[in-house]
Amino acid sequence: MSDFLPPSIQAILPDVIQLIYLVATGIFIVGIKRLGSPATARSGNQLAALGMFIGIIVTLFDQQILSFDYIIAGILVGATIGVTAAKKVEMTAMPEMVAIFNGFGGGASALVAWGEFTRFEASAFVTQDLITIGLSILIGSITFTGSFIAFGKLKGFISGNPITFPGHNIFNAFLTVGTLGLVGWLTFDPTSQLTFWLLFGIALLLGILTVIPIGGADMPVVISLLNSYSGIAASMAGFVINNNLLIISGALVGAAGLILTNIMCKAMNRTLGNVLFGAFGGDGGSGGGPADDTDKTVRETTPDDVALQCAYSDRVVIVPGYGLAVAQAQHVLKEVADKLEKKGVEVKYGIHPVAGRMPGHMNVLLAEADVPYDQLYDMEQINPEFKSTDVVLIIGANDVVNPVAKTEPGSPIYGMPIMNVDEAKRTIIFKRSLSPGFAGIDNPLFYDEKNQMFFGDAKDSLQALSQALADI
Amino acid sequence: MSGLIFNLFIFVLASFVGFELISKVPPTLHTPLMSGANAISGITILGALVVAGQVDHQIAQHIGFTAIVFATINVVGGFMVTDRMLEMFKKKDTTNE
Repeated sequence: MSDFLPPSIQAILPDVIQLIYLVATGIFIVGIKRLGSPATARSGNQLAALGMFIGIIVTLFDQQILSFDYIIAGILVGATIGVTAAKKVEMTAMPEMVAIFNGFGGGASALVAWGEFTRFEASAFVTQDLITIGLSILIGSITFTGSFIAFGKLKGFISGNPITFPGHNIFNAFLTVGTLGLVGWLTFDPTSQLTFWLLFGIALLLGILTVIPIGGADMPVVISLLNSYSGIAASMAGFVINNNLLIISGALVGAAGLILTNIMCKAMNRTLGNVLFGAFGGDGGSGGGPADDTDKTVRETTPDDVALQCAYSDRVVIVPGYGLAVAQAQHVLKEVADKLEKKGVEVKYGIHPVAGRMPGHMNVLLAEADVPYDQLYDMEQINPEFKSTDVVLIIGANDVVNPVAKTEPGSPIYGMPIMNVDEAKRTIIFKRSLSPGFAGIDNPLFYDEKNQMFFGDAKDSLQALSQALADI
Repeated sequence: MSGLIFNLFIFVLASFVGFELISKVPPTLHTPLMSGANAISGITILGALVVAGQVDHQIAQHIGFTAIVFATINVVGGFMVTDRMLEMFKKKDTTNE
């Protein structure tokens, strides 16, 4: 594309490109900053998109780029797939979507390194190029396959239970050291195709093997971590092609992903090591497992009863969980809340940091149903209020209200901050059955005498409740 | 200072900027932030453009093409889906009723 420019500009073009990259870098930083506050988040995202657009356009003037056929075709195909996926995805499926987009990003970084490795004579590379090519292949490939496994686990293609074999962690550690060794070997002997392909293959395998032993409930943490990896992979690709914009943006994403990962682990009171290597969740966890006494009784309730109790309350707090999301019940929930407010009941939503599938996921789902975000309360804000709450409606949430986290030191979720719903005068749990949640731990709250169970699919139950409220 | 070391400086400094930028974000925005940051990691498309746009090596061109497809899915899909999420965030609607 640079051919069209006058020679005087062509001479300074590389510097001009770098300067415009600098502008794009600034735009990214401001964009990410603005993503940090609800009022400015949308403009932040749009700014970041603008930065990306500028980066792409200006790169097309790079003097190495001589043919545009593949570029145009590639962008058309990619954009069609991206737009279709982004428009069609249900808000509940957001974690899977992020996972798979992320996988493609990591894959692209690995491919860039592979392309660079292929297009030059092996002898043309100096050591530092080979190190960065090797690392880019390694991190990019792990991100690629790891993200697809995470996607499969969330979609249910692959069992959400941890899948392990004896010595799994040791084998993974062995492979990790092996790949790093191969990166090193590649710098000594860049002509060896075998080394290159072994590295590529083992890296892809490592992505699968590191994610597959992790339980479905921990996938958000994994996705966040893989998000960080894909940033680092992009950064490594930037090292390979010597592009500052890639290095900086990749590093920003890498850092952001790490911080989010850390926040998520804290919300679950787990360490990252425990998430990655603990094979936690599914049917494995016991610790504070179901007590085998048989005298536990459950009080089942009916829509009319729930409607009456709520309608004559002063304050109702709704604690939504993933069950609400899978049942797509957020709109009916809003309807119920509106009806209650019309009857003069104060309605608040208490959102646990890890409600839904990712931190903030529940906020997105409720926002989709037009629930204003100033009606949503964080756990720290709502917990002191449960004492003065008449009825708590717990919809499709389990682990985040399980008092075991406070009472049984042996339990896998012991120490996780939870919603103190047991302090309210009455709790009503909307749930399909008495089965334990993702963490696989029985919930004593089910058998509490202040608690009633409202069995059924969250959407059907809420519809019945909405109907019952209309009849009062 | 060799190129690698110089790039390493940039990488480390940018990481610190990233930590500072993100550390104080309300939980409400974690999902959109993750998704938005993910879209930015599609910046690797710039590398893909260079690989796909050169004419010296046919196989590398094909690899570059695949890389562009992957990265574009990440970039376009990522930014759009983030926008879709953030569009829904609004304050209590005072114009209603």
